[in-house]
Amino acid sequence: MSAVSASGRPVLKVRDLEVRFSVKREGLFAKPSQLYAVDGVSFEIAPGRTLGLVGESGSGKSTTALAAARLIPARRGHVEIDGVDVLSLEGEALRQQRRNVQFIFQDPYSSLNPRLRARDVVREPLDRLGIDSPAERASRVAELFRDVGLRPEQERLFPHQFSGGQRQRLGVARAIASRPKLVICDEPVSALDVAVQAQILNLLRRLQREHGLTYLFISHDLGVVQHMCNEVAVMYTGRIVEQASRVRLFTRPLHPYTRALLSSVPSADPTLDSRAGRILITGDPPSPIDPPQGCRFASRCPIAIERCRSETPPLVAHEPDHRVACHRAGEPIGADATRTH
Amino acid sequence: MSEPHSGPLLSLRDLTVEFATRDGTVPVLDRLSIDLDAGATLGLVGESGCGKSMTALAIMGLVPSPPGRFAGGSILFADEDLTRASDAHLRDIRGNSISMIFQEPMTSLNPVYTIGEQIAEVLRRHQDLGRRAAWERAVELLDSVSIPLPGRRAHDYPHQLSGGMRQRVMIAIALACRPRILIADEPTTALDVTVQAQIFDLLQALREETGTAIILITHDMGVVAEMTERVVVMYAGRMVEEGPVRDILSEPHHPYTRGLIASVPHLHAEVSDEPEDLLEIPGIVPSLAEFGQERCLFAPRCPRVSDRCRSEQPLLRGSGGWHKAACWHPEAGPA
Repeated sequence: MSAVSASGRPVLKVRDLEVRFSVKREGLFAKPSQLYAVDGVSFEIAPGRTLGLVGESGSGKSTTALAAARLIPARRGHVEIDGVDVLSLEGEALRQQRRNVQFIFQDPYSSLNPRLRARDVVREPLDRLGIDSPAERASRVAELFRDVGLRPEQERLFPHQFSGGQRQRLGVARAIASRPKLVICDEPVSALDVAVQAQILNLLRRLQREHGLTYLFISHDLGVVQHMCNEVAVMYTGRIVEQASRVRLFTRPLHPYTRALLSSVPSADPTLDSRAGRILITGDPPSPIDPPQGCRFASRCPIAIERCRSETPPLVAHEPDHRVACHRAGEPIGADATRTH
Repeated sequence: MSEPHSGPLLSLRDLTVEFATRDGTVPVLDRLSIDLDAGATLGLVGESGCGKSMTALAIMGLVPSPPGRFAGGSILFADEDLTRASDAHLRDIRGNSISMIFQEPMTSLNPVYTIGEQIAEVLRRHQDLGRRAAWERAVELLDSVSIPLPGRRAHDYPHQLSGGMRQRVMIAIALACRPRILIADEPTTALDVTVQAQIFDLLQALREETGTAIILITHDMGVVAEMTERVVVMYAGRMVEEGPVRDILSEPHHPYTRGLIASVPHLHAEVSDEPEDLLEIPGIVPSLAEFGQERCLFAPRCPRVSDRCRSEQPLLRGSGGWHKAACWHPEAGPA
């Protein structure tokens, strides 16, 4: 795969990751059901690159990231961060591993401690993980403020005194403070005003260029993903259904779900009629609680056949940089077959 | 589309809504003039706090008071000024003639009544239907918004439905009395993109069928391009640009509109290996205290700013046809 090729050992390597939650079923004595949140997910990210994880709400994007960072337990699978087997770590070794993976969250209003001054928000991970001497930490904080485009005099303010965009800059500074190997960006601009999103996206790209950061980038916004990611994995109810380089995924998508997803995005290009050629899929994703046999997209898929409902399609390589899990990958989707209603 | 010669269905004339704040009284809508023809579609775009939703609330007669009040201008609907209408009369108009759907369908539905009861209630209240007739019509309406098994689904409570289904129910309620205007405030922001496409298809089909005019409030230029014929760009309570969607997207005059379009990473059919950085609109929207000042409120963030912008308020000027912008230094040429 292209992610591994050039630069050697991947920063993040995930193999057959599974996360399940027990959920109560109706009825007093009913056995709890299993919610298949992440169901056999594998991918890797090469140093300095960005992998996008896209999919609709409930598809398992965030759960995958949380399990890879060991913030929630995986039921099965293997996760390596910079060569270290993360799922087997315990105690101090696990704690020290935390510095290598940091998160930028969606909502900078709720993810920053309102009682800490901005400098302490940024400094906290350094204190907690015992990184550098106290004097070095202070100068590191000053450096981080510069890096993310905040002014030195803002160090003593509280989070509520910042605008949404500035707050997210604070969240970025905090995330990169411990010089992590991997930064997980979970919908980092979804809560921001449109005009501010560009500031944060440009900042993330500049920091990646300057510091060689590696990103796992989670978003439901396909325009943002296309702009930010070298490689993209599409998730659907707990599984990766397609993964490819940016260029291939957006120009030659093979999975009917990816094709429907891309064709659903309204285009701002006035010369295009985005409704023409749209693959409209009906209904909602199946419940991840005791999901159906076979391909989970089959119930909404315009070109599903009998086999799709009984046999789970494996994620296989169609091209060196393009994997897809579909028995019908690349088959034509007729306009008549899809526009039902 | 309606005949251009007949008068507009809805006409905001220099509408000003003021809010009382700690810093004094500020116009959150500042001499806003918008026309909407019968059966037309209009997009309202801008950042949060620009007055998009306030415009909708003003039309609906739902401006919270205090702190808000009508301070000037008029809202003419079928030759009647809604800013002077009684509460009872506004209640009749809401739901019957002008309806609204909101961003988060879960919070707009009552969790303790079935969806069938909630739709039937609207019909009994506004259309004087009996219990049985209202229920039957409710099931028909669920069917018209493509809810499968509507007869059975009518007995469901809101929590038993997915987000997309709930928004369909909201649309069914909004359209129950065949309103002349439907105001949709970010109706798909909480929904996934494939469901968004379903909702937009539904709204377009219903509009063609019923001739309801649609005002769509959104921050997404793609949504505007897909759903509306005309667009109004708002900034700090004022209209800064107005025109046909195609003209505005291909040749925006106001630097703010240009920034709104260029700062968002839109999905492109042509994918490059290394995308350029996005254009940034620096800074943030002005605080309420700055609203209403006699200057261009976008000036501090504008790449084309001059002294004139800081001292004199630009008025809307047309550049031929229906396309106009409030800018001393409008841009020409493609975006």
